[in-house]
Amino acid sequence: MTTPKRGPQTATAPRTAATPRPEAASKAGSRASFRRRALAALGDAQLRRAVRISVDEAGAARNQAVAQLVALAREGLVRGDFAAMRHRARDIKAETIGHLDLYLAQAAGAIRQRGGTVHFAAGAAEVGAIVRDIALTRGVTLAVKGKSMATEEVGLNAALESAGVQVVETDLGEYIIQLAGEKPSHIVAPAIHKSREEIADLLGRATGRSLPTDTPTLAGVARRVLREKFLQAGMGISGANFVVAETGTVCLVTNEGNGRLTTSAPSVHVAVVGIEKLVPSLEDLALFLSLLARSSTGQKISVYTHLITGPRGPGEADGPDELHVIFLDGGRSSILGTEFQDVLHCIRCGACLDQCPVYRQLGGHAYGGVYSGPIGAVLTPLLGGFAENADLPAEACSLCGACGEVCPSAIPLPDLILAHRRRMVREGRDHSGLGLPLRLAAAAWTRPWVYRASARLGRAVLRIARGTGFPGGAAAPATPAGPVSPAGPLAAWLNGRDLPPPASKTFHELWRERQQHGRDGQ
Amino acid sequence: MRVALFITCLNDIFMPRAGLGMVHILERLGIDVTFPDGHTCCGQPQWNSGYQAEAEALGRHFLDVFEGADYVVSPSGSCTAIVRHTYPEMFRDDPGRLAQARALAPRVYEFTEFLTEVLGTEDLGASLKGRAAYHASCHMTRMLGVTEPPLKLLRQVRGLDLVPLAHPELCCGFGGTFAVKSPELSVAMGDDKLEDVVSSGAKILVGADPSCLLHLQGRAQRRGLPLRVMHVAELLAEGAGLL
Ligand code: SF4
Repeated sequence: MTTPKRGPQTATAPRTAATPRPEAASKAGSRASFRRRALAALGDAQLRRAVRISVDEAGAARNQAVAQLVALAREGLVRGDFAAMRHRARDIKAETIGHLDLYLAQAAGAIRQRGGTVHFAAGAAEVGAIVRDIALTRGVTLAVKGKSMATEEVGLNAALESAGVQVVETDLGEYIIQLAGEKPSHIVAPAIHKSREEIADLLGRATGRSLPTDTPTLAGVARRVLREKFLQAGMGISGANFVVAETGTVCLVTNEGNGRLTTSAPSVHVAVVGIEKLVPSLEDLALFLSLLARSSTGQKISVYTHLITGPRGPGEADGPDELHVIFLDGGRSSILGTEFQDVLHCIRCGACLDQCPVYRQLGGHAYGGVYSGPIGAVLTPLLGGFAENADLPAEACSLCGACGEVCPSAIPLPDLILAHRRRMVREGRDHSGLGLPLRLAAAAWTRPWVYRASARLGRAVLRIARGTGFPGGAAAPATPAGPVSPAGPLAAWLNGRDLPPPASKTFHELWRERQQHGRDGQ
Repeated sequence: MRVALFITCLNDIFMPRAGLGMVHILERLGIDVTFPDGHTCCGQPQWNSGYQAEAEALGRHFLDVFEGADYVVSPSGSCTAIVRHTYPEMFRDDPGRLAQARALAPRVYEFTEFLTEVLGTEDLGASLKGRAAYHASCHMTRMLGVTEPPLKLLRQVRGLDLVPLAHPELCCGFGGTFAVKSPELSVAMGDDKLEDVVSSGAKILVGADPSCLLHLQGRAQRRGLPLRVMHVAELLAEGAGLL
């Protein structure tokens, strides 16, 4: 969806940390796993710097905006603070998603009544076919496109380009990513992983010039290139942040103004919208706009908010001749009625990415899908196949809970990650090597004497190991990273960390001694 | 007042000194401390890794062991959160166990929370020289909502210079089995935390969760950082001359 976008970041001083060794990447298993991609990201100091600066800024801005809301609520200037607002947001979303068929029918009726055309698409192939068909029957050879996660999801650019329709991204971040031939790495800030220098280089190559790295120059260059495209394009493609069911209004939010040109300069406007993007009324929309701006960029309201209700009407000065709204299912309806239904409440604000300590280390590409961060770890296995993506909820989350705390729709992201992990175990897909020790521990440790014996034994083994050349032992050199093998949780720990000496006696033993010898401590 | 110790398996094996410190402090405050011999592990590693049946087995054992205790006090914010918040969810379809879990939940306290909220104690008469940074562990902060109690206690320690971190809200990267499922990531997150601590000028890293401390201490040691990693109970007891 076209979302309030944040600019790319400059680099700061290099980190002094000893980072994990990049050579480990080759050892992390042969499949294109999260772990392998994560290792690649961890070895990319530039990427990590750029991501860290951007998410820290965005996170701080969001926190400040939310704090401000608390103060405003206290003075009675807004209806409830952040907690109250997200409570309402959740209720509205639960109502809408709970009766999605009704709201979809209402929205479709309203859009048609205003002269728009409504399409329903089951997945990528259908969206591609519909948009291709609209373009080819109207002789369109160039399309301009606003930022849209739904079109990323279905790979629309490739579908159109294979049919001879050139697509130009008009959101600055997306344009940079398109020039680089990459995928967005953040829901709101697609080029978050790029430094200013890289951007100047990309734009310079596109325009055949050598460019300085200051923002006004770079933005000016991009603006001039894109202006021409807006005027030439026969089709404008956008996403939607929201669709209002009662009026059929497509709502787009941007900070660059490219959304207005994309949706009104060309004679045909096509909006690709996930079916979960509905809100019942304009009044509800106001709440979500406020939450979205605050959560994604810390703004009170985004710079541009477009409410598009039908194509250009008789006597109206601007707007396209035709408006097509394509509602994309793309696997969403299969989530309805499951324990994951709440994930459809997501408004793609990116706050969970900005606050996630794992995303902060890696950026978005390590997640391997269109969506990254906590929402990606929950959503990608649902939309992109569980077997292929179960490693995201399993390995890309330390369960710190930061995401669940900031989500403006109050989606219980950590609970949903846990639900994925339970499914993984149920389906026998936990290949971490931890299943056996966890099961054995559970079976044994419901018997206290077995627990006490195993604690003593484990401690003895560790103490012996530490004094020897065992990995991580005092005499051992630092070992390179390796995948977790069935025998390997200990090795995985010792890759990068020492194990402090287990105490000479367990607390159980100390306590027993204490009981026998009186209370004179150790 | 009687208190049953929920020492946690990690403390039992790796940080019994913190457990002892906790006992000494409680006894100094006139508490009758008991230690249920059957106490093992709360099941958090299983629960957080998706092993529901296994977590439930340990949960049932825990509920039986601590049944009828007046107060249950633990040196781990994370394990306290499991008993207080997760057990009622874990057993929501088992009325008998649910009743047991709900009865126990309000009587389980994290150590510093128990001292400040239940006993109303902040000053233990401790003194310890040094500059210290406090690591606010995630579950203690976000699930239990316990943020101030450890700081209140530490502020009363004479000679202790408590310095703030730039990013206190960031996870240290332990994350239970995350530490060994994604070891490189876990270590990278630990490095960020340690850098934050080192640039704060602290020479002591103090926390209320043995698991985070074990991870951070292990990484600090591997990197040769001159940092003393201490559990808050250990620091307080040492400062009060009890250890
Ligand atoms: S899950 Fe919540 S916080 Fe994350 S992008 Fe969606 S709405 Fe925003």
